[in-house]
Amino acid sequence: MLDLIIPSMMTMMTAATPLIFAATGELVCEKSGVLNLGVEGMMLVGAVFGFIGATVTGDAYVGFLIGGFSGIMASLIFAVLTLLLVSNQVATGLALTIFGTGLSALVGADYVGETIDRIRPLYVPNAADGPNVIQLFLGHDPVVYLGVLVLLACAGFLSRSRWGMILRAVGDSDVSAHAIGYPVIRIRFAAVAFGGLMAGLGGAYLSLAYTPLWAENMSAGRGWIALALVVFASWRPIRVLFGAVLFGGITIVQLNAQAIGLGIPGAVMSMLPYLATIVVLVLISSNATRIRLNAPACLAQPFRPER
Amino acid sequence: MKILHRVAVALFATLLSFGVSTSASADKTKVGFIYIGPPGDHGWTYAHDQARLEIEKELGDQVQTTFVEGVPEGPDAERAIAKLAQTGHKLIFTTSFGYMEPTLKAAKRFPDVKFEHATGYKRADNVATYSARFYEGRYVQGVIAGKVSKSGVIGYIASFPIPEVVRGINAFMLGAHTQNPNIKVKVVWVFSWYDPGKEADAAKVLMDQGADIITQHTDSTAALQAAADRGIHAFGQASDMIQFAPKTQLTAIIDAWGPYYVARTKALLDGSWKSQDTWDGMGAGMVVMAPFTNMPSDVAALAQKTYDDLRTGKLHAFSGPINDQSGKQVVAAGAVADDGMLAGMNFYIEGIDGELPK
Repeated sequence: MLDLIIPSMMTMMTAATPLIFAATGELVCEKSGVLNLGVEGMMLVGAVFGFIGATVTGDAYVGFLIGGFSGIMASLIFAVLTLLLVSNQVATGLALTIFGTGLSALVGADYVGETIDRIRPLYVPNAADGPNVIQLFLGHDPVVYLGVLVLLACAGFLSRSRWGMILRAVGDSDVSAHAIGYPVIRIRFAAVAFGGLMAGLGGAYLSLAYTPLWAENMSAGRGWIALALVVFASWRPIRVLFGAVLFGGITIVQLNAQAIGLGIPGAVMSMLPYLATIVVLVLISSNATRIRLNAPACLAQPFRPER
Repeated sequence: MKILHRVAVALFATLLSFGVSTSASADKTKVGFIYIGPPGDHGWTYAHDQARLEIEKELGDQVQTTFVEGVPEGPDAERAIAKLAQTGHKLIFTTSFGYMEPTLKAAKRFPDVKFEHATGYKRADNVATYSARFYEGRYVQGVIAGKVSKSGVIGYIASFPIPEVVRGINAFMLGAHTQNPNIKVKVVWVFSWYDPGKEADAAKVLMDQGADIITQHTDSTAALQAAADRGIHAFGQASDMIQFAPKTQLTAIIDAWGPYYVARTKALLDGSWKSQDTWDGMGAGMVVMAPFTNMPSDVAALAQKTYDDLRTGKLHAFSGPINDQSGKQVVAAGAVADDGMLAGMNFYIEGIDGELPK
């Protein structure tokens, strides 16, 4: 039994990692009051440029950083449009996803079928000994740990630090924050860029470690799951961690169920994350205080500094 | 405003062209291809594209080829096929099962254009069908897996529950049973032909459950690479994938469409093209095995012998007695399954656990 559970848990953790990155970034972004629906597009941009970076430099870690950087670049397009030109955030975010999907397919066309030296796990037990518990904690690649660390750091930043409070204040009442004298637009720019960085890194993880290759549209809806995850977690970072393992794990559980021979249709399982999100949305809206506690009040609202 | 207008026109033109890439110039007979994935998948589409290049090589002075890649199975496919027909292509290969209805619809609209639909079963006066007996290759893989697997569990990544795929699973098990009657196969359906992420997930899950050999009926190299990461063996699919997993690939089924494509193009040029159904296997060289690697020499010799016997017709992959899952005999001892049964195969043979999804 242990032989089945440990590898399955390992696989679930790697499935959760791209979601942890993308959702943490989106959470910080949304906490500042900006709704960026372009996560899927930014992930694809990060995946393709990360892969190209790794191919060109021969180092997967350099590719990983390039992936993150390209995520920032993609998010800055969004930031300029929505924050400076005050375009509609929902429409711009959707456009960013469509743009990112197309751009990544175009740029990556020559790299389909290339191989790279992937990001490798820290510790691989002797295959003959079978899986062991140490592997569960040390057997992942470094990016998995980085994802959890960044998430914890964001949790601390948002709840304990002065700048975290300012960021939340901007998201809860941009007008008041502006009146006190905080640079609302600049803070939101930084939050959007952070969201882009994280989505880019999450995407790069896909093409550099998860399935070390580039394929068109390879994020396969993970950006949307990350968006759903932020709502599911009701804007609490720690819940993002559990949600990511749950959402990422559902695919793995679904495939496991098939291999064992349980007749659950795969399509039902892939609906579950979204169903869970709808349930959470209903729960949130049934209780007004919960909204006030966690959801940023100014989410997706345009802000024009008057003076 | 003028500049904006120009940009819009340019964008529109780009959209219209739908990623059609054409080589060479006018005055040549145009042959078109519709691909389900990118030619760089190094699997199914790659094999078709290699065959397209063979046409260019053999008949390049008379023929120019065009392909449209990544065409989803559905309404978009008909548009893409019709687009090729409208732009003067005289012979169009539609290379995925799901293009069957779109091909027939387009064929009705363009009676002067000849169509070749891969792996389908519906024909028309200007629509021919062709497929390869990949199950012969699956049988060879089964023989190898039965001999090499230590855990006795094989992981099988399947795409859609259609006869083509079910036939492959059965043939694989028939081959495996000749070496190890107790061998088990775990089948995971990913409901996609090409989704590297999901294929890799499926491979990981199967390995988590104790499979020590992975085989796939999907198009990417992801599963093979996932197997390589864990240091177990796997089979390549549709083309020789050894470069992606030099220490992992046991062999691969290579889809050798080239000779058929060249012959059909020649038939179009000399006017002898007729609608027909072609189902060739190892004997005709449409299914080829990649070198037998990463296995002991006795296994390689056994695999080679099986390959040779299938090729010369001494052996049929579906030789009786064969029972289905309920124990009912479907092929009698001494008989072989006829093409009708093979083409419509919708049951698992005895020895496979689990149910076919509906």
